[in-house]
Amino acid sequence: MTTTDTPRPVDAGSVKALSKKRSRGGREGGLRRAVPATTLLWILAALYGLPVAWFVLSSFKPAGDLFSLPLTVIPHNPTLSGYKAAWDSANFSQYFINTAIVCVITTILTVGVSCCTGYALAKYDNKWLKAFFICILATTMLPSEVMLAPEFLVVRDLGLYNSFGGIILPAVLTATGCFMFRQFFLTVPDELVEAARIDGARELSIFLRIMVPISRPIMLTLAILSFQWRWNDYIWPLLMLNDPNKFTVQIGIQSLVGAQNINWSVLLGGSVISMIPLILVFLVFQRYVMSADINAGLKD
Amino acid sequence: MTKRASDVSGSPPRRRRNKYTLAPLVLIAANVVLFALFFVWPAVIGLVYSFTNYTGVGAFQFVGLDNYTNLFGDSTFYDALTRTLLYTVLVVPLNFVLSLLIANLVVSKQAKGASIARVVFFIPWLISPIVVGVLWRWLFGENFGLINYVIEKLGGHAIAWQSNADLSLGVVVMAGAWWGTAFSMLLFIAAIKNVPTSYYEAASLDGAGPWRQFISITLPSIAPTSFIVILLNTINAMKEYPLFVSLNNGGPGTSNNLLVQYIYETGFNRGQIGYASAASFVLMLILMAVAIIQLIANRRMENR
Repeated sequence: MTTTDTPRPVDAGSVKALSKKRSRGGREGGLRRAVPATTLLWILAALYGLPVAWFVLSSFKPAGDLFSLPLTVIPHNPTLSGYKAAWDSANFSQYFINTAIVCVITTILTVGVSCCTGYALAKYDNKWLKAFFICILATTMLPSEVMLAPEFLVVRDLGLYNSFGGIILPAVLTATGCFMFRQFFLTVPDELVEAARIDGARELSIFLRIMVPISRPIMLTLAILSFQWRWNDYIWPLLMLNDPNKFTVQIGIQSLVGAQNINWSVLLGGSVISMIPLILVFLVFQRYVMSADINAGLKD
Repeated sequence: MTKRASDVSGSPPRRRRNKYTLAPLVLIAANVVLFALFFVWPAVIGLVYSFTNYTGVGAFQFVGLDNYTNLFGDSTFYDALTRTLLYTVLVVPLNFVLSLLIANLVVSKQAKGASIARVVFFIPWLISPIVVGVLWRWLFGENFGLINYVIEKLGGHAIAWQSNADLSLGVVVMAGAWWGTAFSMLLFIAAIKNVPTSYYEAASLDGAGPWRQFISITLPSIAPTSFIVILLNTINAMKEYPLFVSLNNGGPGTSNNLLVQYIYETGFNRGQIGYASAASFVLMLILMAVAIIQLIANRRMENR
């Protein structure tokens, strides 16, 4: 009883209120509770971090040392040979450029289109807009993986087979993006739009001049998410692309795994290289992902 | 204008907004086109082809419900379906428990170094499913993996992580939960932070311990988020493919082929587009059923 505590930051007033009750338990009670929580947290963190650490450390081992017993955690003579072999052998640089092109174009299109749609859904009220909102909801139930064969035929009939267009266009419409923007624009007061209208602004220029600039945080969050989705895409590019010069990174890595005898040195190097862009993006924009209320976007 | 609109009735803001049709139309035009091209069109032809023996090229004949009846007599399809359901039933709760636990620890005041730990929990999510598969394959290799090495060092026998179908699925379940934790955790953290602190203050004044507070305050308050997490994870688990491909390639043999892999192989390796479309529609119906069941359950819970 004396050690009861709120499991979250409490504001100053409540601390004062509680301090009376807590004074008997004192500091030791807090410490007694802090130790198990901290221990558990760090055991779990170790469980989540160790696989990655082992993987990355292994990638610095020379090919000959990978399987030599006893296994060592820290490579004895660290080398970048695996990375170099991966970069040279599997046409990796080309895959990287391809994936970057696809990711950047898709992300720009997704953010633009989602912003427009989200704004329309939030600030206009029409029967057919509501109907379209339900249609967008339906797309979450029917991901493209589920309709592989017919979607493949459609893209082929549009003449997009074996082109980046065939990967980019089907991926532009995302329900999550539309929800995020809709949810954000719902929080923007209608008065802002009304005031601009009274000042004689046209509908589309209200959107472009006022709404687009204030939605920048959402844009960044969605851009990071979209970049990640597209960077990780595997099955659709695999279906669409026939020409090895157009392959994406994920296909390149899978082709290493699918080989009869896996060349682990090359595979480890290639895999770690493929992780770098997303980790960089994440480190730079960390707060946009961590603090993002993606929840709000997905709730409706 | 205003007068006529008021006759039509409706709340004042609606009346005001209704006169704009062109602007919203322009704004959603791109998405409408994309929706029609890459959603409606494939769904319609998929439904049509599922009643034919189409192979992707040339002529086809309508074969009625043959594809569907064949599908339910096809043991490979059944295996893929049950394996998919088993994977989903294992990975979704594991992910749920882990991410909820971690979210609580990260938010909690007692755990030290939470902000650094949070970044550690986040890293798996930044790795693509293909590479996650490679990573766990490296960790759980039968002859060369770290896990078996440690087990042997401790005096145990090497475990057949790759050649035993069930253990192999177990590794994928662990990998899937490990990968998916960060995103669920993010949703839970946002939800937990939104629970008013005054609830906890009141509870602790009344003498409720931390566990009691978690059960009686946190869990009910974050129920909508739990619902979303379960729904999204279920849909993702049902369509899992890249993780399996790189971890064990649906193996050993074909024992861990899931539905999407089955659809992929019948449709593209064997060219039975009609048959694959029928399988797609079965998967779609399952996903819709899952969503509807969860929606109803969620509504019940909220009304209670």
